[in-house]
Order: sequence, then structure tokens, then C-alpha cells
Amino acid sequence: MAINPEFIGRTYPPTQVYSVGREKIREFSLALGDLSPCFHVVDSALELGYPDLVAPPTFAVVVTMSANEQVVFDPDLALDYTRVVHGEQRFIAHRPIFAGDELTSTVSVDSIRSAAGNDMITVKTQVHSTSGELVSTVYSLLVSRGVEEVS
Amino acid sequence: MTLISFSQVHVGLELPVQEFVFVRADLIKYAGASGDFNIIHWNERVALEVGLPSVIAHGMLTMGTVIRVVTDWLGDPGKVIDYSARFTRPIPVPDSNEGASIKVSAKITELLENDRAVIAISAIHNEVTVLAKTLATVQLAP
Repeated sequence: MAINPEFIGRTYPPTQVYSVGREKIREFSLALGDLSPCFHVVDSALELGYPDLVAPPTFAVVVTMSANEQVVFDPDLALDYTRVVHGEQRFIAHRPIFAGDELTSTVSVDSIRSAAGNDMITVKTQVHSTSGELVSTVYSLLVSRGVEEVS
Repeated sequence: MTLISFSQVHVGLELPVQEFVFVRADLIKYAGASGDFNIIHWNERVALEVGLPSVIAHGMLTMGTVIRVVTDWLGDPGKVIDYSARFTRPIPVPDSNEGASIKVSAKITELLENDRAVIAISAIHNEVTVLAKTLATVQLAP
């Protein structure tokens, strides 16, 4: 079932505050096998001119997860989660994310299109600090595979 | 670590190639660290039932890993200001000590104003491209 294009522009309420912790940055970096000192050692991050540990370039995926779930599980959109695959991803860092940041995410439906029996929905999430600074903009393309496979 | 400066680079410059390996434990670790517990990344029975050859690596694990070709070279991971990728093929991770390997190369494709450069990244697993249109824009030192 094609997703109704009327949902383009639908914006969801901001998420609860996500508090970026040093140990989460360390854990996420280790899960990527990345031992870059500025992810792990505060003094190394300070040497690079940052206020605290820096988060890896894809860390915003952790911060924005609950925002994305608002869309994926929106009963109005009625996406079949078992048929949804991740098609594309983009992170725009207006500045890096640091340990100590307090962030909220606001998600909206950026575009909807259909091709070859698949629905493609682009979700845009803006991550702001609690002081109102835009920190990251994240785009995710979700592909909902059609029930009848077109080959 | 010395940062790479804009005057040191040119279009066509190739960054050092790296190879990364994923074993099953890496998928479990990434699931826990990221909060992405999609069952196809850790349960082989379900992965086979939905037609996959095995459990597959999280696309975001792959994306988060391959950017190291850029950040290790750059010397400052906080200078990646735009990073995008298209997930074209899944990476099956077998239940073996060898796991699945990806060979990652990158080169500068465009120089921008304000000492910025665009880097195209190529990620190959089993001679197949697993990420397409993988581009990172970085802020270089003046």
C-alpha cells in the first residue's frame, strides 16, 4: 500500500532530552573499533580544542533513534516494520557532538515517493542543544519493500 | 597528531587504504552500543527465514567503520561536517573466526571554499560495492 504523500511535512514533537555521556561515547567508539584518542581521553579532546570528549561522526544515530521511531511506528503511516530497510543516511554536523551535551531531536517527514512497488520515505531529524543551537541535521531514507516483488 | 592542511591536498589524492573485519561479536557489540537490536543482525534463524544468507552487519556499523579511512588520515574526527552513504548490498557475517572483511579506499574528488574538501569513499566486500555514493566533506586546516 502506497504511503499517502499528504504526510510530507508532518512534524513530530521534540524528544526528551538526551544527555551525552563520556562512557556512551567510549562504548560507541569501541563498538566501531575506533581508538581515536579524542573519543576516549579527555585531555586529547581538549588538545584539539574541544570542551570534552568528541562523539564519532555517526553518533547522532544514537541521539536520534527515539525520534525516528516516532515515524516508523506512527499508526497513521502504517509502515510494515518487517519490510522496512535502511536505504540511505546523511549526517550534517553543524558542530561536533560532545560529552555533556543535552540534546533534543525533532523529526519530520521530508519526502515520500514510490518506485518499482517500493515506498521511499525520507525522514529529517534536527538535533538542537537545550540552549537552542542547531547541532546536527540527519536524513534517513527508509525503503518499505512492496508486498509483490517486482523483478 | 598533525592536522592535514588544505595546501597539502589536491583533487585525486588517494588516502591510505584500510581493511576492516566484522565478526559476530562485533555485531552484538554494535547492537548494544547503538541500541539497534533488529533481529536480523544477531539471530541467524530469523535472518535465514527472511531470505538473507546469514546475519548481516548493521548498515550503520559499516558506515561508522569506513569513515575511519578519512578520520585516521585527517587526525581530527570532529572535522567531518557532512557524511552520507547509500546502502546497496548487505554484508553477511558468517559464524567464523575470519568473519567478513571490507576493503576501504578513498580519494579527494572536490575542493571547496573555506579549506574544505569532499572525499569519495569506496567499500568493497567480496568484490562487491556495499556502500554507494559515500561522500564525506571535511574541514581541513588552512
